[in-house]
Amino acid sequence: MLPRPFVVRRIHQDTRDTYTLVLEPADGEPMDFRPGQFTMLHAFGVGDAPISISGDHRRTDRLEQTVRNVGSVTAALVAAVPGTVLGVRGPYGTGWEVDRGRGGDVVVVAGGIGLAPLRPAIFELIAHRDQYERVVLLYGARTPEDILFGDDLRQWAEKSRIVVEVTVDNGQHAWRGRVGLVTQLVTRAGFDAVRALALVCGPEVMMRYAAQALSDRGVRSERLRLSMERNMKCGVGLCGHCQLRELFLCVDGPVLGYDRLAPLMARAEL
Amino acid sequence: MPTIDQYLPDHPFFTGLDAATTDLLAGCAMNVHVRAGEFLFREGEAADHFYVLRHGRIAIEVRTPARGVVLDTVDDGDVVGWSWMVPPYRWAFDARATQDTSAVAFDAACLRGKCDADPVMGYQLMKRFVPVMNHRLQSARIRLLDLYGDFVD
Ligand SMILES: Cc1cc2nc3c(=O)[nH]c(=O)nc-3n(C[C@H](O)[C@H](O)[C@H](O)COP(=O)(O)OP(=O)(O)OC[C@H]3O[C@@H](n4cnc5c(N)ncnc54)[C@H](O)[C@@H]3O)c2cc1C
Ligand code: FES
Repeated sequence: MLPRPFVVRRIHQDTRDTYTLVLEPADGEPMDFRPGQFTMLHAFGVGDAPISISGDHRRTDRLEQTVRNVGSVTAALVAAVPGTVLGVRGPYGTGWEVDRGRGGDVVVVAGGIGLAPLRPAIFELIAHRDQYERVVLLYGARTPEDILFGDDLRQWAEKSRIVVEVTVDNGQHAWRGRVGLVTQLVTRAGFDAVRALALVCGPEVMMRYAAQALSDRGVRSERLRLSMERNMKCGVGLCGHCQLRELFLCVDGPVLGYDRLAPLMARAEL
Repeated sequence: MPTIDQYLPDHPFFTGLDAATTDLLAGCAMNVHVRAGEFLFREGEAADHFYVLRHGRIAIEVRTPARGVVLDTVDDGDVVGWSWMVPPYRWAFDARATQDTSAVAFDAACLRGKCDADPVMGYQLMKRFVPVMNHRLQSARIRLLDLYGDFVD
């Protein structure tokens, strides 16, 4: 349970409140992880927070994590500078299991910072692009200024045969793109729902509506995978902080099938 | 590009209408084109048309003293405008093309009379517009939550 020291090599400001940290293990030992997993990222003297891994899982020599500043721990994490030492526990949790989509279409639906945990899944899809049919990324952000990984989005569309559709909740006059809910994109997108694997990450309410829209299109619930990012503490199934009825989201999740989640997500008190 | 007569029966919005109604709608329709930056209609003007976009994108927007705010965008295949059904038949927002856009414009003033005279046809059209309204209302309501803004616990 002791955090491993990692050194911040680079920090990149993605948006007004979100930063991507590139970390390297201080001991030089590589860290294996699967797309969709998270770490408990520790700012010494402040505390730790579960943060998804947003980088390419084939780069085991470094760890990329994208952090949105919302409170005390995340503020301390984004205040890191090159050379700062942070603690890392993990990787923890289940992954996207992208390879379950081989031979069919893959639909990735992301909302806000939810694109960060999905980024490694997209790297995985690109690495084996020929094994998948259509790959569609539907991304909703608050405003055009809040769109994450803009360069990646362009590259994925131009070079990797990924259909990238972006929408924002609020647009100013100068914005030429879409304004509206990300679920509207689900209705319009071209994919073969029956054979599709769908991966969804974003605020829980957004995921509920997106999962419903995907399910209405005909995506099978066991092939519809969501990342449930409820508050966590230990990350290893000990403290019960992340419990959702019989599930401990830190070990049973965060990525789970809609077949298991649908009855739990509809219940407000859980 | 298919003619309006060819285009309408294949469009999902009109699916299920009988041939006589589709013919009548086609008779009230014409092709319109707006360049990027031009307006399909302006807030406060008489709402005497509705539109089906064949190509392009329309931003539904509202002007504040300081700026224009886009409330929704409508893309090819979608329907724009229901104020023609609701008295006093006035557009509540601006509709500005953000790309060069082609649409089929329906003369709604003419259709209103026809719907009054033929309630079955009126009901058929209403059944197609209510989901469009419902969809936009839901979209606005969910976005009011500002899900990506501060955390909604
Ligand atoms: C599995 C998992 C993966 C995550 N991945 C990322 C990531 O990649 N990048 C990222 O920026 N954040 C991620 N989060 C959320 C992140 O862990 C929280 O934002 C962080 O713990 C907040 O800690 P804080 O001390 O900065 O803020 P606090 O002062 O603890 O909280 C500030 C506000 O954020 C709310 N909040 C705290 N945790 C969560 C949460 N998990 N979900 C929703 N609201 C929360 C609080 O209720 C409060 O309103 C993830 C969470 C989980 C469970
Ligand atoms: S965070 Fe402690 S049990 Fe899941």
